[in-house]
Amino acid sequence: MAMTTVNNGVNVQALLDAREALKGAPEATKFTWRASCKWNNGTHSRTNVESFFGLGQEQKHKTETTFDADHPEIFASEDRGITPIEYVLVGLASCLTAGVAAVAQNRGVQLRSVESKLEGKMDIRGILGMDSDVRNGYDDIKVTFKIDADASKKDIEAIVAQSQKRSAVYDVITNPVNVTVEVV
Amino acid sequence: MIGAGHAGLAASRLLAERSLDHVVLERGDVANSWRRERWDSLRLLTPNCQTRLPGYEYAGPDPDGYMTMGEVIAFLSQFASLSGVPVRTNTNVTSVTRVDDGYHVTTSSGDVRCRTLVIASGACNLPSVPSIRSSIPAAIEQFTPFDYRNPDRLPEGGALVVGASATGVQLAAEIHRSGRRVTLSVGEHVRLPRTYRGRDVLWWMDVSGVWNQRFDEIDDLTRARRLPSPQLVGTPDRTTLDLNALSAMGIELVGRFAGVRDGRALFSGGLRNMFALADLKMERLLDAFDEWARVNAGAADVQEPERFAATRVPPSSRLQLDLRNREIRSIVWATGFRPDYRWLQVPVVDEKGYLRHDGGVVDSPGMYALGLPVLRRRKSSFIHGVEDDARELIEHLARFLRG
Repeated sequence: MAMTTVNNGVNVQALLDAREALKGAPEATKFTWRASCKWNNGTHSRTNVESFFGLGQEQKHKTETTFDADHPEIFASEDRGITPIEYVLVGLASCLTAGVAAVAQNRGVQLRSVESKLEGKMDIRGILGMDSDVRNGYDDIKVTFKIDADASKKDIEAIVAQSQKRSAVYDVITNPVNVTVEVV
Repeated sequence: MIGAGHAGLAASRLLAERSLDHVVLERGDVANSWRRERWDSLRLLTPNCQTRLPGYEYAGPDPDGYMTMGEVIAFLSQFASLSGVPVRTNTNVTSVTRVDDGYHVTTSSGDVRCRTLVIASGACNLPSVPSIRSSIPAAIEQFTPFDYRNPDRLPEGGALVVGASATGVQLAAEIHRSGRRVTLSVGEHVRLPRTYRGRDVLWWMDVSGVWNQRFDEIDDLTRARRLPSPQLVGTPDRTTLDLNALSAMGIELVGRFAGVRDGRALFSGGLRNMFALADLKMERLLDAFDEWARVNAGAADVQEPERFAATRVPPSSRLQLDLRNREIRSIVWATGFRPDYRWLQVPVVDEKGYLRHDGGVVDSPGMYALGLPVLRRRKSSFIHGVEDDARELIEHLARFLRG
């Protein structure tokens, strides 16, 4: 039910058409996202993202993007990029935000602004190996959305709830994923 | 007609009214599933005033009460005999194949040929248990709703109930009352208050028209047909048995059971959003009820609108549970059911094991289904909900027979 007067910039009709078209094409729905990483020095590395596989063939982003990651100076490092664990917040924020836009478009709600602040709490005794009862990663992640839209607070909350329900990054953070690491 | 449950019995009555020659094949006794596949304390979720079949309804002194299994079996058996339903009991259907202009049905007591066939075997023939069941340590006893009769069957010690459907919340509460520590794993669920503005919530579903919503008016029909049963229980005191009630009892709520690793159960960290989704959905439903009441003021005697507390989130919900330290001695999989069509040798079953049908008209000439969730209406699988579907499908069937 795309409303022509509401425009959040999301082509919901294309997504709905894709859903229909893909019903009979199970191989086309299998995607592989990729990244390749090169160590630079110390805790600094560069990760490139350009190609991925989907809809049955190799695909490429319009441009190659490079992501620097490092540790901050208080970790006795050089802060040549954000920390890997902060990239996780970037992923979560952007995934949920895109979802809000898509769901709002699908529900005929005009968004005026969508901002979110994220906080991930972590006890560094985990990564420093000081205490085996302390986990390495986040204990808790809090996302606070501030949304100005043509809808009631309840409807906005429902949009945000639906965005989580369909979010890839939210899924990967809240549910287990098999990770295999090999050396060739 | 395959199945002498409430759907098969209702349809039989309507076929008889049209003098359409038929037989009802039932693998056990009339109301078999109610006799064999239910736990001891179970009562209907629907109140007695909604317990009705064509030309037959509850006439007892307690319209707001909820029938026990014994009462349901008696109700259906009485209906079957008053209506003279031609049931062949202890007749297990072993195959159905298409022949000439009809179907050939093989059974444990002889074959039947028919021009039309109505599948009323229900949607709950087999429990659906996630594949993680095979990663559970052998020392933990596992139960499905089909194995569970009462808490005495469970070993002493902690129990993990998986699934917060009607079955899940009821069993969690009952097992907790038996003195065992209960952890309830909560995924997607449907929250409802037992009563709203002084009336049974299912009375509202009926009068407001939600239950009569047709399958072709529903946006995501596949999803609607697979919704978990709402968190209701049929008790004389009409208490609401939602997650807040369970946590107030001391039951620990954890997220969806997402996996097992190194002998530890892993639960989703997305529990908060599961609560939010269910709370928001319930609010939208209550808004719809209030709107109906506003427009139909005077049509009903109802109290003031009310809203219920948001589902309380535990201060920190546990993400893991050690399955090897003997804290958990049993797991009850309240993870739903699926139909069993292995006997159906006609290509009308999809890759997920569900029947391909359009509002009960199955994708094979002269074949119909009845009693499945949201078959034609949201009320389709309920005892009283079968009648309207049955009338329409039998009309279709009669026209088919006339050619």
